[in-house]
Amino acid sequence: MAKLKIEDLEKIAEQAKSKMTVREGAGRAKITVHMGTCGIAAGARKIMDTFLKELEINKVHDVIITSTGCAGLCNKEPMVTIELKGQAPVKYIEITEQKAKKIFSDHVMKGKLVQEYAYAIGSEKIL
Amino acid sequence: MKPYRIQVMVCSGTGCVSNHAFEIKEALEKEISKNNLQAEAEVITTGCNGFCGAGPLAVVQPDGIFYQLLKVSDIPHLVQEHFLKGRPVKKLMYVPPEEKTPIPKMSEIPFFADQTLIALRNRGMIDPEKIEDYIARGGYKALAKVLTSMKPDEVLAEIKASGLRGRGGGGFPTGVKWETCKKTHGDTKYVICNADEGDPGAFMDRSIIEGDPHSVIEGMLIGAYAIENVTQGYIYVRMQYPLAIRRFEIAIKQAREYGLLGENIFDKGFNFDIEIRRGAGAFVCGESTALMASIEGRPGEPRAKYIHTVERGLWDKPTCLNNVETWANVPQIILRGAKWFSSIGTGDVSVDAWGGSKGTKVFSLAGKVGNTGLVEVPMGITLRDIIFKIGGGIKDGKKLKAVQTGGPSGGFIPESMLDLPVDYEELTKVGSMMGSGGMLVTDEDNCMVDMAKYFLSFTQDESCGKCVPCREGTKRMLDILDNITMGKGKEEDLVMLEELSSLVVESSLCALGGSAPNPVLTTLKYFREEYEAHVHQKICPAHVCKALITYVIDENVCLEVGHGCDVCRKQCVDKAIIGETKQTHRIDLSKCGKCGICYDVCKFNAIHIE
Repeated sequence: MAKLKIEDLEKIAEQAKSKMTVREGAGRAKITVHMGTCGIAAGARKIMDTFLKELEINKVHDVIITSTGCAGLCNKEPMVTIELKGQAPVKYIEITEQKAKKIFSDHVMKGKLVQEYAYAIGSEKIL
Repeated sequence: MKPYRIQVMVCSGTGCVSNHAFEIKEALEKEISKNNLQAEAEVITTGCNGFCGAGPLAVVQPDGIFYQLLKVSDIPHLVQEHFLKGRPVKKLMYVPPEEKTPIPKMSEIPFFADQTLIALRNRGMIDPEKIEDYIARGGYKALAKVLTSMKPDEVLAEIKASGLRGRGGGGFPTGVKWETCKKTHGDTKYVICNADEGDPGAFMDRSIIEGDPHSVIEGMLIGAYAIENVTQGYIYVRMQYPLAIRRFEIAIKQAREYGLLGENIFDKGFNFDIEIRRGAGAFVCGESTALMASIEGRPGEPRAKYIHTVERGLWDKPTCLNNVETWANVPQIILRGAKWFSSIGTGDVSVDAWGGSKGTKVFSLAGKVGNTGLVEVPMGITLRDIIFKIGGGIKDGKKLKAVQTGGPSGGFIPESMLDLPVDYEELTKVGSMMGSGGMLVTDEDNCMVDMAKYFLSFTQDESCGKCVPCREGTKRMLDILDNITMGKGKEEDLVMLEELSSLVVESSLCALGGSAPNPVLTTLKYFREEYEAHVHQKICPAHVCKALITYVIDENVCLEVGHGCDVCRKQCVDKAIIGETKQTHRIDLSKCGKCGICYDVCKFNAIHIE
């Protein structure tokens, strides 16, 4: 390892940023892939891989990808929920790899809702 | 680099490691690759998470799901359900006492939610063996800041204004200490980190070192820069802390490789390096002058401090010694400012450096409390909030009797004073002290005479013997306490205890003797009736002191309710129980060793203590 210069601190921090974003649970956006048995059967694994790949290709370090169980809409799987910081979560249904890529580039990266694939805005009330 | 979507933070503090945390980690890695998730989930070992009572434990990020009391056999199900299918496993989550619903998120568990982290800010967030992790959380930024934009005097002024005071026990204002050392003439000076944490049951410093060693190193670097003419620092750590030593060694090596220790740091002409010195574990070596004697290779005995160590310390050079936790606070004060730091806590330190207690304090919460572990709380919080909100109250629904703060030489504070704030002066006023941060909770089943005896026997044993009052005085006090618990106490004993206590306190050179009688004095003051019961009625109200209790079997209950189940007789180690199955039993008192096993095993409450 070479001797550090002050500006190297930022570079090291930048390199570790994506894992720190995950650890701190405080990303700019959160992508939740629904991975219940129904989701997995409908191809949720491929959707998860697509999002992970998009993060890698676009060198995005401030977005969290997580999974959750069945959302109750088994016939509309695979589903994902996109939640931009400070905004209501948006649920997308019947996701394919192409749709996932478009949602990533439009909604996650540019903050533009993809109306044609969206199913609902907001979450159920939990009592 | 492909990003991971899951980070599993496995606690590898000493408590969890001794409960097989490393095996949990291995099992996690095995199951992750079995499920073909190795590219998506990474397992990290972190320092102490703090919730030691729940260990071995892991936190799954980014959702912050807290899993406790893990077993290797839980792991396959956990990985499949949570990591693969996204369904957090409820049965491995924390359930608050007397409730049924588990709390999935770590941030919502009261134990964590009511804490404020400064010294422990990186706990559970970084791999302590990776300097890059520390840097990613803003590490060494404070060092960069002082070297590029602050004069040594400005750094000192910032620390003074923050109101930071020594976290090792004394509570001496850190800025004042640095300033005296700085003003003392000399072209060779030293800084020392006191990591000789010796209080039984206390593990604040160990956890900081094991979880975030670079924060201490960065603090020392900043201190050396502010004091000036310091190129060498020492970390004095007891050899009973092997993991802490290892993490320090790794951290120092990495910092040297990155040029953060050594010559011309950040090309700013500042030189500083650190060496580790191992202590043998004598309690007295936590005292500054004894510690320095030990580093010099002499017996660890304190000396009179007519001349302070900041003027003539290690090898007679001006030396600034601070505790682990004190050093760990320094980088954050530099980064976030004295104003931010002094906004937390009690009092006003702008005029008088002793005028308040600022920032946070780490405590190791132990004893009869629901949640045991390591907690960092803002100064000024009440003892009640620590014990009942964070600690989850007293175990098994018992009643709290007293809380001891400050380690073995701290005083016992009774239930009626629980609304006392955590503050250096307030705790001293009632006969206890902040100390290094031990916090022991006792309940109605604890005998206060026995507690005082226990802690005095520790300090008596650890007295170095240099001062006669400490060496002999504590010994005589212990004899008296022994007699009282044996039922041989006399009326004049209590007065003698008080007289000896003040003698030991006033005529010992160091704080060991100066504070050793605290447990005796406070229990005499707040629980005098317990002493009197031992002395006059020859009874131990809490049923602890063996010489003053007898176990008796109620023969009717034994026969009619328990039908002479015979369990007690089989378990008795002294063969003191007479009787046969389906017949009543009784205890032969001449043989009974009063171990209490029969009392514990009897399901019919046929055995009671008299």
